[in-house]
Amino acid sequence: MFARLLTAAALMAVAPALFADALTGDVQKQATNWTAISMFVVFIVFTMGITKWAAKRNTSTSDYYTAGGSITGFQNGLAIAGDFMSAASFLGISALVFTSGYDGLIYSIGFLVGWPIILFLMAERLRNLGKFTFSDVASYRLGQTQIRILSACGSLIVVAFYLIAQMVGAGKLIQLLFGLDYLVAVVLVGVLMVMYVMFGGMLATTWVQIIKAVLLLSGATFMAVMVMYNVGFDFSRLFSDAVALHPNHQAIMSPGGLVSDPISAISLGLALMFGTAGLPHILMRFFTVADAKEARKSVFYATGFIGYFYILTFIIGFGAILLVSTNPSFKDATGAIVGGTNMVAIHLASAVGGNLFLGFISAVAFATILAVVSGLALAGASAVAHDLYACVIKKGKAKEEDEMKVTKRTTLALGVLAILLGVAFENQNIAFMVGLAFSVAASCNFPVLFLSMYWKNLTTRGALIGGAMGLGTALLLTILSPTVWVDVLHFEKAIFPYKYPALFAMIASFAGLWFFSVTDKSKAAAEERARFFPQFIRSQTGLGSSGAVAH
Amino acid sequence: MNNETVIQQINADPRFQDLVAKRGRFAWLLATVMLTAYFAFILVIAFDPAVLGTPLSKGSVTTWGIPAGLGLIFLSFVLTGIYVKRANGEFDRITQDILNEAQK
Repeated sequence: MFARLLTAAALMAVAPALFADALTGDVQKQATNWTAISMFVVFIVFTMGITKWAAKRNTSTSDYYTAGGSITGFQNGLAIAGDFMSAASFLGISALVFTSGYDGLIYSIGFLVGWPIILFLMAERLRNLGKFTFSDVASYRLGQTQIRILSACGSLIVVAFYLIAQMVGAGKLIQLLFGLDYLVAVVLVGVLMVMYVMFGGMLATTWVQIIKAVLLLSGATFMAVMVMYNVGFDFSRLFSDAVALHPNHQAIMSPGGLVSDPISAISLGLALMFGTAGLPHILMRFFTVADAKEARKSVFYATGFIGYFYILTFIIGFGAILLVSTNPSFKDATGAIVGGTNMVAIHLASAVGGNLFLGFISAVAFATILAVVSGLALAGASAVAHDLYACVIKKGKAKEEDEMKVTKRTTLALGVLAILLGVAFENQNIAFMVGLAFSVAASCNFPVLFLSMYWKNLTTRGALIGGAMGLGTALLLTILSPTVWVDVLHFEKAIFPYKYPALFAMIASFAGLWFFSVTDKSKAAAEERARFFPQFIRSQTGLGSSGAVAH
Repeated sequence: MNNETVIQQINADPRFQDLVAKRGRFAWLLATVMLTAYFAFILVIAFDPAVLGTPLSKGSVTTWGIPAGLGLIFLSFVLTGIYVKRANGEFDRITQDILNEAQK
């Protein structure tokens, strides 16, 4: 049982914005929680007001996809942090700390360290070259049609897997927190997501994310302070009390068995670090600010908020050992935590802040899901409407109002699809989807994007074949890995022994990108190499980049 | 003003070449520091996790893993701060000078 918990926690940790195994198992529906529901209704009413305000400002595709570049670095930093501080991070990582202590910190660090790398190597070039989506950057000097199709596929695969996991996680979590039916919860999330994105575009999505980030940070801060208050603001007392109470004692203060062999460790590290740099809904945020200066500031603030948040979750996890595991009212007849270990942060909220604060934290957890799925839906809609419709089908000659129509229809379709998938996958083991989304992002989106900005000799052929090789390897190895081959398909033994394919898929991708580029002697390839020079000047100086639209 | 000539002019500007080299070195240096620190941490966990389980002092419950982990979080934040300060100040001033001159 303990081993299973560890595996569950490990899988969950691969996805910052996701719910994983522990939340995908059977959950008992709880009694309807009216405090939480009324606080959530307040959140909905308020954010719908923002959506209405944003809708009036959405007159062009630029407003719709990037809020007209009007978001400041600080706001964008909060929104990026919001994308990362999902219900899964909050509940999952505090649960991981609760069950195995130090391992929770290892995972949170993995999510954070990608950000400095994104800042140093990508943020300003992205902002200088791109307009709406990261495909704009990847296809800047390469074959528009081919590269946009490739990156749109990469985006949509990441978005789809993410959405499935989010929807299923949302359904289960809301059953637990609010006592609503799974179906009601999934439909509610789908409908609200479509409302925010369809009417409010990026502006409303960003503000929903910011509000939620502030609420979550305040709530988590309050909890951490209350925990520290209980131990007299003394960290060594927090740790020694936890060690004394925890069944594993001193073992919770050192790395456990989550990352056992070096290959898995490195592969996971790569997936976390570079997957973040290939997530379409994250990359899209770099285009919502006015210029490279603001883009850099966004990452600085985001890193600060995310780091602070992970420190809070670490304290909350230890606090739960002290205050939740010792309190019989949070346990069922068998001595297990009511609702599963993922609920420890919620129980801690009730322990330190009473019923009202419990309602607040539950409402924030629901708001978190909404904010994250909205960002995903917007990224998916822009991949279809901007990349596939406007740039591939209409060859860049689409009328703006037609593109907007396609975006809105795609959003609606994504909402329906998300609800259907949420229902279809209710009782499936979906934990692998999280890892898969990250692996695809790290081994298809990231290498193509990175080399298109850094390597002159990259050609369309190389990008296409290399990107496809990364995508294919990530998909194939995930299917053959223990997470799908054994856990989902119930075969005896996995063909690919490691849980994380990123190391191998990234090697395949970069090898393909290199080989099929250097051997490309076509005339088009020579032209693409020649276009690197003006792209380089623009990426370095921002010359001619799309600036903020004045409102 | 023809875009092509602006590009050529920027490229011919020695300050541009200098900026690109300087900013590139700085970015890669910080990236290397971050990558080294993180993968050193991961490799210690993979090969010798007991190192991080060593108590800070004799009889203490707190292990070296805690300052190592918190240190990495802090390092990420500090390094991004250092980069943003220099890039948004010094580097952006040079960029603006180059652009202004080329587009005159």
